[in-house]
Parts: sequence; C-alpha cells; structure tokens
Amino acid sequence: MRKLPGGVAAIGGGVWLTFSALAHGWNMPLGVTALSRDIHGLHMTIFWICVVIGVVVFGVMFYSLFRYRRSKGAQASLFHENTKVEVIWTTVPLLILIGMALPATATLKQMYDAKDADLDVMVTGQQWRWHYEYLGEDVAFTSNLATPRDQIDGAAAKGENYLLEVDEPLVLPVGRKVRFLLTSDDVVHSWWVPDLAVKQDAIPGFVNENWVRIETPGTYRGQCTELCGRNHGFMPVVVEAMEPDAFDSWLAERQQAAAREASGVDREWAMDELMSRGQQVYESICASCHQVDGSGNPPVFPALANNPALMAERDRHIATVINGVAGKPMPAFSSSLSPVEIAAVITYERNAWGNDTGDSVQPSEIQARLE
Amino acid sequence: MSGSYYVPPQSKWPALGSLAVGVMMVSLGMQLVHGIGGLVMTLGMAAVLTVMWLWFRDVVRESRQGLYDAQMDRSFRWGMGWFIFSEVMFFAAFFGALFYVRVFAVPWLDGEGAKGVAALLWPDFTASWPLMNPPSESISGPREVLSPWQLPLVNTIFLVTSSVTLTIAHEALKEGYRNTARNWLIGTILLGVCFLVVQGIEYYEAYHHYGITLQAGIYGSTFFLLTGFHGAHVTIGAITLSVMLMRVMKGHFDRDDHFGFEAAAWYWHFVDVVWIGLFIFVYVL
Amino acid sequence: MAPKLPPRLPPQHPLEQAGEAAGPAGHAEAGYHHGPKGLLRWLLTTNHKEIGTLYLIFSLSMFFIGGIFALVVRAELFQPGLQLVQPEFFNQMTTMHGLIMVFGAVMPGFVGLANWMIPLQIGAPDMALPRLNNFSFWLLPVAFTLLLSTLLMPGGGPNFGWTFYAPLSTTYSPPSTTFFILSLHMAGISSILGAINIIATILNLRAPGMRMMDMPLFVWTWLITAFLLIAVMPVLAGVITMMLLDINFGTSFFNAAGGGDPVMFQHIFWFFGHPEVYIMILPAFGIVSAIIPTFARKRLFGYASMVYATSSIAILSFLVWAHHMFAVGLPLVAELFFMYTTMLIAVPTGVKVFNWIATLFQGSISFETPMLFALAFVVLFSIGGFSGLMLAIAPADFQYHDTYFVVAHFHYVLVPGAVFAIMAAVYYWLPKWTGHYPNERLGRWHFWTSVVGVNLTFFPMHFSGLAGMPRRIPDYALQFADFNMASSIGALLFGTSQLLFVWMIIKCVRGGEKAPAKAWDGAEDLEWTVPSPAPLHTFETPPRFQHQEH
Ligand code: HEA
Ligand code: HEA
Ligand code: HEC
Ligand code: CUA
Ligand SMILES: [Cu+2]
Repeated sequence: MRKLPGGVAAIGGGVWLTFSALAHGWNMPLGVTALSRDIHGLHMTIFWICVVIGVVVFGVMFYSLFRYRRSKGAQASLFHENTKVEVIWTTVPLLILIGMALPATATLKQMYDAKDADLDVMVTGQQWRWHYEYLGEDVAFTSNLATPRDQIDGAAAKGENYLLEVDEPLVLPVGRKVRFLLTSDDVVHSWWVPDLAVKQDAIPGFVNENWVRIETPGTYRGQCTELCGRNHGFMPVVVEAMEPDAFDSWLAERQQAAAREASGVDREWAMDELMSRGQQVYESICASCHQVDGSGNPPVFPALANNPALMAERDRHIATVINGVAGKPMPAFSSSLSPVEIAAVITYERNAWGNDTGDSVQPSEIQARLE
Repeated sequence: MSGSYYVPPQSKWPALGSLAVGVMMVSLGMQLVHGIGGLVMTLGMAAVLTVMWLWFRDVVRESRQGLYDAQMDRSFRWGMGWFIFSEVMFFAAFFGALFYVRVFAVPWLDGEGAKGVAALLWPDFTASWPLMNPPSESISGPREVLSPWQLPLVNTIFLVTSSVTLTIAHEALKEGYRNTARNWLIGTILLGVCFLVVQGIEYYEAYHHYGITLQAGIYGSTFFLLTGFHGAHVTIGAITLSVMLMRVMKGHFDRDDHFGFEAAAWYWHFVDVVWIGLFIFVYVL
Repeated sequence: MAPKLPPRLPPQHPLEQAGEAAGPAGHAEAGYHHGPKGLLRWLLTTNHKEIGTLYLIFSLSMFFIGGIFALVVRAELFQPGLQLVQPEFFNQMTTMHGLIMVFGAVMPGFVGLANWMIPLQIGAPDMALPRLNNFSFWLLPVAFTLLLSTLLMPGGGPNFGWTFYAPLSTTYSPPSTTFFILSLHMAGISSILGAINIIATILNLRAPGMRMMDMPLFVWTWLITAFLLIAVMPVLAGVITMMLLDINFGTSFFNAAGGGDPVMFQHIFWFFGHPEVYIMILPAFGIVSAIIPTFARKRLFGYASMVYATSSIAILSFLVWAHHMFAVGLPLVAELFFMYTTMLIAVPTGVKVFNWIATLFQGSISFETPMLFALAFVVLFSIGGFSGLMLAIAPADFQYHDTYFVVAHFHYVLVPGAVFAIMAAVYYWLPKWTGHYPNERLGRWHFWTSVVGVNLTFFPMHFSGLAGMPRRIPDYALQFADFNMASSIGALLFGTSQLLFVWMIIKCVRGGEKAPAKAWDGAEDLEWTVPSPAPLHTFETPPRFQHQEH
C-alpha cells in the first residue's frame, strides 16, 4: 500500500504550502480601514474553522483507510446506521455555522451604513476607465491605465506597478468618511481596492453606495473585477490617501483648474491647440474602441479613418460624440467631457489619419449645442 | 408480450427531428442577424412539424396495435406531467421578471426603496405602472394602455369557457359518446381560434393606436413577452386539439384508453391557468 | 435490524431469477435488433446503452475541446504580458471553456451514465421513452456545432463569460450572440427532455418489489437532479429569450433607460445557475455512494439520511442564488437571507461526507482505481466545499468575489469533484460495459498524475485570488506571476495525463482481463447480476426485486 503515505504526503505538502504562502503575504490584505480588518478577521476565523474540521474529518478518513485495509486482513463490520451520531454531526456543524453567522451579520450591517459621509464621490465605470466626480465640489476627471503598450506587448521591461498605475489617481482624505456612489455608462464594472475592502459593482442606470474611512495615508491599488469587455484587465483603480489638509489644498487647486478650463469655452481656439488637446483626449478615451490609428474594430466599432460618410456630415459627427448612440456601445460624452475636450477631439478626428477636412470645431459651438 | 415493456425499434424521427430543429434555429439566427434565411426558416419549421407528425403517427400506430400496456401509459403520463411542469417554470421566469420590475426596479429608479439612490441618474422620472414614461427620453412609452374590461375580458371568457367545453368533451368520451365529444371538441377549438383572433386585433390596436410596442420600454417588453408566449402556447394547444379531433373522428379512443386526448386537455388547461395569471397581473393589477 | 449481508462474502443476489433475467439476452438480440448496422445504427438507435455510449463519447470530446480552450487561457497566463492571444480572443476562450465544460462535458457525461446505469440499476428494460431519449442526445451535437461555429463568425464568438451578464451580452455583444442563444436553447431542450425521461423511468420502471427507498443512491441522486433540471432549465430558456428580444427587437428588460434592470438578468440567471451547479454534483454524490461501499465491502452508512440530505440540498439550492451577487448592491435583508441559506447547505453536504467516512470506518478496504478516484473526490470536493463556505460569508465575499479564489473554489468542486466522479464511474462500470477490467497500472498512473496535476493547477489559485488577482483577465500585475506559472504547469500536466485516460478506455474496449457478471466482489446493485459486458437488451422481463431489511 504505497498510496496511503503518498496521499498523506500530498495533503501534508498542501498544508505546508498553504501556511507558508499565507505567511508570505499571499493572503487577503489586512487593509487600512476598521472594516477591512474586521473582514480579514472573519476570513481568518472561517479559514481556521475549515482547517480544524478538515483535519478532524480527513484524519478519521485516513485513519480508517490505513487501519482497515483489506490487504492487512481487515474484516468489515456490519453497522450501517446510528441515529445518535447522525444527530450529532447534523447539529454540531449547524452550531458552528450559527457562531460564524453572528459576527458576519454585524460586519455586514456596518458595511451597509453609508450615512453621514463627509464627502461624496461619484464613481462611473466606462469601457475601460473610471470617471470620478467629487459631488458638489466641481471637480471631475477620468482615470486611465498609464502602463505603456510596449510593456504589455513585451517590447519594454515591465515597471513595478505594471497594470496597476493610472494617469490620475482618485485622491481621498484620511480620517473622513467618504461615500462612493457607483454607476456605469455602459456595462457592469466593479470597483475594487483590496486594502480598502471595497468592492462594489457599477451598474448602468442604477447607483450603488459604499463607503470608506481610510486610516493611513498611502497609495492603494486595485482593479475592475467584473468582466466588462475587451480591456477589462486594463482598468486599474488607484487611490491616493492624503492627510486632510493636503487633500483640501489639492481639491482647491483642482477647482481652480476646472474654472480655468470652463473659461476656455468662450475664447477662440487655434487649430494646432485643438489638435494637440484633441489627440490627448482621443488617445486616452476614444482609442480603446476606435484604436489609436482610427481603424476601429468593425463590425461593432466603426473606423473613423477612411470614413468619408462621417467626414461629410460634420453635424452628425458632433451629435454622435455628444449624445452617443442609444443601444450601441458608443457612449454619450456630454457629461463626462468638457466642451473644450469635445471640440478638440472632434477637430482632431476630422483632421487626423488622412482625414483632411480642415474643419475646426470651437468649444463655444459645443457649449451652445449643449444648452 | 405479457408483462413486458414495449421498447420501440430503431427510428429515424429523433435524428431527423434534431436536424430539423437545427436547420430551423440556424436559419432563424440568419434571419435575425443578417436578414436572410426567412425561406429556409419556414422550411425548417415545416420540417419540424412533419417530423413530429410522422413520429406521433408511429406512436399512434403502436398504440392502436395494442403494443402499449398500462405501464407505458404511466410513462406517457409522467412524461407529459413533467413537461407541463417545465412549461410552468418557463412562464415562472417571465412572471418573475414582471414582478421584479414592478416591485423593485421601477420604484428604485424613482427613488423609492432600498436602492432609491438610483434616482440620482433620473431626476425627471416618476414611477408608475403601467410605465408610461420610461426613465430615458430616448425611449417613448405607450400612449395609453388597454382596458382589461374590453378585449382581454372577452378573451378570458373565451378561454375559461373553452376549458369547460373541453371537460364536457372529455366526459363524453369517457361515457363513450363519440359524436358528443366531437362536437364539444370542435367548440373548444373554435373558442381557441376566437381567442387568437381577438389577440390579433388587440396587438394591432396596441401597435397602431396605443403605442404599446416592443420598443416602448419595460411595459411593452413584459406585455408582449407574456402575452406573446401565451398566444404561442394557445396556438400549439389548438393544433394539438385539432389532431385529437381527427383521432376522435377516426375512432382512435375508447372509454378508458385515450391518453393522447387527456394530454392535450392537460396542456389546454395549463394554458388556461396561465391566462388567468396574465389577466390578473398583466391587465388588471 | 439485523443487517442482511455477511461481511466479505459476495452478497446474495437480490434477484430471485437473476440468471433468467440476464439469460434471454442473446435471443433478444436476434429478436428485434434488425435495423441498419454501422453508423446508421448509432443515429437511429433507441437503446439506452447505445445512447449512453453516445453521450459519454460526446462528453469526452467536449471535455477535450473545453480543456484545450483552458490550456489556451493557461498558456496566456503563464507569464505577465500579452504573448499568445489578444484580449478579445482570450475572453472568448474563457467563455467557451466554461460553457463547453458545463453544458458539453459534465452534464452530458452524467446523462450518459444515467442512460447506461439507471435501467440496469432498477431492473428496467430500457428508458421509459426510448425514442425521445435519442432525440435528446442528437440535439446536442447540433447545438454544440452551432456554438463552436460562433468562434468563426465576424466579431467572434461569445466573449462575455459563461454567465453572460447583460448588457455586455446584449447591447455590447458581437452579432454571433443570437446564434449562441439559439444553440443554448437547443442544449436546454435536450436537457429538459432527457430529465423528463429519467424521471419517468425511475418513477415508473422500477423492478416489481423495488420501493423508492430500495433504489441505489445513484438513482436517487439522479431523480433529484432531473427534478432540478426540469425546474431550472426552462428558467434559463426564459432569460436567454429575454436577451434575444433585447438584442433583436429593442425591448428593455435589462436596460434601465426603458425601466428594466441589468441586475434582473443576474437574478434570473442565478436562479438557474445555482441549482445548475448542484446538477453537476448530485449525481457525483450518487456515484461515490456506490463506489465507497463496494470497495469498503460494507453497506453504505446512513442510506436514508443520504436521501434526505440530497433532497435538502436540492430544496435549499433554490433559495441561495444571490450569493453570486453579494457585490452587486443587494438590499441588506437580501444579503443576509442569502448568506444564511447558503451557509445552511454545508449541513446536509457535511452529512454526506460524514456518511462516506463512517462507511469506510471498520470496513475492509481495497484501493482499485475507481476507489482511488472516489476517495480523492471526498477530500478534494470537501476542500472546494470549504472555500465555498468561506465565499458564503457575505462580508468576506466582497474581497473574494470575482477573484481567482472563486476560480479555485469552483474548480475544486468541479474538476476533482464532478469530473473525478465521472472518471471513477467510468473505471467502476467499464467492466460492465466492455466485459474487461480496465488496466489497473494505467489507471493508477492516470490517477496519480491527475491528482498531482489538479492540485498544482488549482491550489495556487486560492493564493493568487487572495492576493488580489481578478478573474477573466488576460494579463496581470507582476506580483501574481509565480503562482500563475505553477497553475499553468499543473494544467499542462493534468491535461496531458488525460491522454492516459483515453488510452486506458481504448485498451479496455479492445481487451483485457475478463470480468465476470459481478466484477467487484463488494458490489451489490442490480447491474452486477447481468453478464459482463451487458447484453444489448437486459431485463426484458422485469426481475423480482427483494428488498433488504433496513
Ligand atoms: C459542482 C459545483 C459546485 C458546488 C457543489 C458548489 C458548492 C458550494 N458553493 Fe459554489 N460555485 C460553483 C460551483 C459549485 N459550488 C461555481 C461554478 C461558481 C462560480 C460561478 C461563476 O461565477 O462563474 C461558484 C461560486 C460560489 C459562490 C459565489 C462566489 C462569488 O462569485 O463571489 C459562493 C458564495 O457563496 C459559493 C458557495 C458555495 C457553497 C457554500 C457550496 C456548498 O454546497 C459546499 C458545501 C460543502 C462543504 C462545506 C464541505 C463538506 C462539509 C463538511 C465536511 C461539513 C462540515 C463543514 C462545516 C460546518 C464548515 N459558490
Ligand atoms: C466542469 C467544468 C470545468 C472543468 C472540468 C474545467 C477544467 C479546467 N479549467 Fe476551468 N472553468 C470552468 C469550468 C471548468 N473548468 C468555468 C465554469 C469557468 C468560468 C468561465 C468564466 O469565467 O466565464 C472556468 C474558468 C477557468 C479559468 C479562469 C479563466 C479566466 O478567468 O479568465 C481557468 C484558468 O486557469 C481555468 C482552467 C481550467 C483548467 C486548466 C482545466 C483543466 O482541468 C482542463 C483539463 C483538460 C484538458 C487540458 C483537455 C484534455 C487533454 C488534452 C486535449 C491533451 C492535450 C495535449 C497536451 C497537453 C499536449 N478554467
Ligand atoms: C466603448 C466604446 C467606445 C468609445 C470609448 C468611443 N466610441 Fe465612438 N463609437 C463606438 C461604437 C460602437 C460606435 C458605432 C455606433 C453605431 O453602431 O452606430 C461608435 C461611433 C462613433 C462615431 C460615428 C461613426 C460613424 O461612422 O457613424 C463617432 C464620430 C465616434 N464614435 C466618435 C468617438 C469619440 C470622439 C470618442 C471619444 C471621445 C469615442 N467615439 C469613444 C464605440 C465607442
Ligand atoms: Cu471594467 Cu472590468
Ligand atoms: Cu451558487
């Protein structure tokens, strides 16, 4: 019977692997909020319960396999029923489970208590980026993957935060209660930062709530965790938690920048100004569907290069970007982009990749359209 | 062959049947996706019906030859019973969707209930059922809804009556009055046909005068989903009953051996019960 | 309450006329097996054994196709970075892998076993509705050819995961989605009709004298599985019909703009989906409950409680669906309700595990290949069950959800769970099917490479998940690299070792040590009273079953 030691060795090896892996940080992070620690505690408790039950159950099993081998002449007994033990092994697990359900219920109730927040942040999932809006503060921006394509394709060495880095992180204050309002412009996404123990789906047309009170300043990284199409794996979340003072001055700075941007609507923009701004917007937002070179991905995502029909219809071009296409993946950008950005990106599209209409679209025109 | 269960010999209908279903499905897909395949689809559907016809003809023959015993009869009963249960669950999914939308989704979008924050996205939306004004303006809701007390009531009367007439036909068959059974069965089928005609009129009205369409938001969606699949079941039931009518006239059934008839009757009653549910939850409430 | 069977002796046949029942096989063959031979014979057959074989072959082919898709996934995940496939194709591979394994490999595998064994175990001449049986089978190749062909259509095949959440699967899906829906409709019809047939057979065709509580547990678990199938496959049909309408006719079921709700899709899907996962495990429980007593040479402990536990699992399975949706934003009461009901399922499942172990206790145990697989099932399925229980703790599931921790959980219950049980069943019943014992040496090699491979593949996934790796991603951050590499190597090992399985089957069909009617000395059920290989027609005259004292 060589198999038995084999089986025991395999299980022993598994147990050893488990503990050493957990000990080396391959475990749920402890996190930086009170709730994340509670959840970690629940996780470890249930884990140990399972380990103990497993050791007992498999222990009896392997003992029986070893002790009652036929090759050693074991004779089978006749019993095949015993109401007493059956009752015991039905009620004992039940009690264990009740014991587990109580703390879980308490933690869950806290997680659901998003009342009385100091700051509301609207988080909107878009294929494939996050849009953040500080409600009532006039600050909003999108947060895109910042890892260069070369690294993904293996043409350049991968950086430390490969795939977990963004152009603009979500900045939050420590010590304050922040409420997230999550929604989506297209498909279901899920916003997750392990260290904050917040994972919440972003459902198009509905709003979910969640909240966090971060205790330690730092940079916390996560990812979108609901399959949302092609670039689902390339939709990171980065949160930068700052001391409240630093946060307040950051917020004030962003508000000023937003005001400057808004005043840009009224002035006349030069072509090259529009083009460079447009290229920036295009590459960070539109290229994920229409590709950097405007070739799209037919049949679902149309090409914008070599699209004479579109070039002939300037009006429809503008309308499509502002309103999106209902029932199709093309989102409406009227709320997530500023008039300047919309004007710039349309100008760019109408003059890049051999589209040489020479048209420029001014922010004021977009502003007028939006009203 | 006493005491032994009849196992049919090899048969080509199952394999041909699945082929026919395959053709029908693929061409339906071609029609929906590429707009071609309508003709093939019709042929596929005809093929499915033909295979069913030929298959059931074999069953009827075997039954007439006395190859089936009481145990076989029970197999058919279990089979039909569980099949109807599966249909119940099919409609349960649709009713579930209706209830979910009415009780949860639509009120949430208007700011009520546990997930009322959703109203943030739809400031101008007011919940109502029937949902006349869907949250987004890009979708225009129905202008008006059908009154349950006109055509739908008529249809309810048709179907309920038809269940009664069918039961009378069945009783007559059990007593051995074949002609009586035939007449009441004809009445039942006619009531079914009347139902379908009225439903046709209702759909015409809905589309042309009420603005109730598949595209008219969730009200139109659930309305046509539930009534449409019910109507399809009435059609199937009426066809089945017509086949039974032919068999009654050919004298296939005797007093205590007429499971084909009973199966069709079960199905018809099931369709009737579904209608009652529809009448209450889709039209009245 | 005297137990009927003396230990170690071959149990006496529960049949009065076993020999007679098996005897007339030869003449029956001449009797009415007069149709075409060759390929056409398989196409037109109404025989439960032939149809069972077809199902099993189909299942094995699908297992390989789905396995190759998994290997594509694992190959891409071998290292960080995009090497072999683009994200579009990766998503199609993940989706098709899940769909093919669930609907093409595991479910038809169990139906194949049911076809072969249920009539033999209850003393029936065939399935209750033999022609319908063949129809159920032949729908499958049609459905899966269509499903696989979507990979070649413009825009590619399904790329939205096997759970196809709306609106990714409706508004944002490739044009081939309509074909995907229609193929799933066909597979669903096949399952429903197959389940109806199984229920009718079990309820109506038992040998005279066999009461419900005399049925072998494989029959019991299949009865309950068939009930689950009939209850939930139509719900799946319903939800994909709504998708079809949303895609092609502009309805708003899963679109908030029209008053619908994308989350409604998930509710209806999981109302089907959770019972579906028990559909994939209950027959496995039945198989293990047949094999363990055989090789422990001891009657199954707690037969009645096994039946009640299975029924409880089935009933509970209708009440737990939203544990897949803890992070979707359910109201608190719903969250609590689904957490409690889910945790409850551990109780009846535990009863089963304890019963198996009590059966082993004080048995007389030998370790033939079927037993090895069954024992590995008990251990590894339980590990999968434990991680399931961890997932059921709603607050913690916020951290686990949609990470590789979940992938680890369900592969433990599905691969060394459902798939190992199917393999155990194949080793166990091959002597009955072919008349030859499977090669024990090959079987052991297959077993040990599989056990090592499966654990190497799926155990590390627990850790990558806990460390934060989401599922369904073609590329990942650097800290997940080591464990992914281990998983990929394990997958290759496990995949390759399945070639041994095929080789073993081929060898066994062609020859090998001859098996007697009662191939395993501890085996008791009716199937062991007919000759090996089982003649094409068995129990044409129903045997008289003598029930044993409980
Ligand atoms: C065969 C299939 C199968 C089986 C049997 C199970 C069994 C269980 N599953 Fe699993 N599950 C899946 C297949 C299966 N699952 C799949 C495919 C998914 C993912 C779908 C997707 O998203 O793609 C999934 C996902 C899944 C989730 C969602 C995770 C997420 O997405 O966030 C959850 C959450 O609760 C869960 C829970 C459970 C539980 C509690 C059991 C229980 O039945 C387990 C019970 C067993 C035991 C507990 C072990 C034995 C018991 C004892 C030894 C007794 C004593 C024990 C204690 C008291 C602790 N499963
Ligand atoms: C019963 C169901 C079942 C089975 C048996 C398996 C078996 C396997 N699965 Fe899984 N899997 C699922 C059901 C199943 N799976 C489901 C439902 C999902 C979720 C899908 C989704 O997210 O939508 C999933 C997802 C899933 C993922 C996650 C993908 C992602 O999130 O992107 C991975 C990753 O490693 C994986 C791997 C494997 C592997 C390596 C096997 C192996 O066990 C396969 C082994 C078999 C073979 C390899 C084939 C046979 C061998 C050969 C053909 C020989 C080949 C020759 C050589 C190797 C030389 N599966
Ligand atoms: C999530 C994917 C996605 C993103 C991001 C996206 N688009 Fe689109 N776009 C589409 C799709 C899909 C269509 C086709 C809609 C249809 O079927 O009519 C489209 C159509 C268009 C069209 C009309 C093309 C034509 O020939 O009719 C224009 C112009 C356009 N997009 C511009 C943009 C701009 C500008 C941006 C960024 C600011 C952008 N898109 C971002 C998916 C996207
Ligand atoms: Cu967004 Cu995944
Ligand atoms: Cu589940």
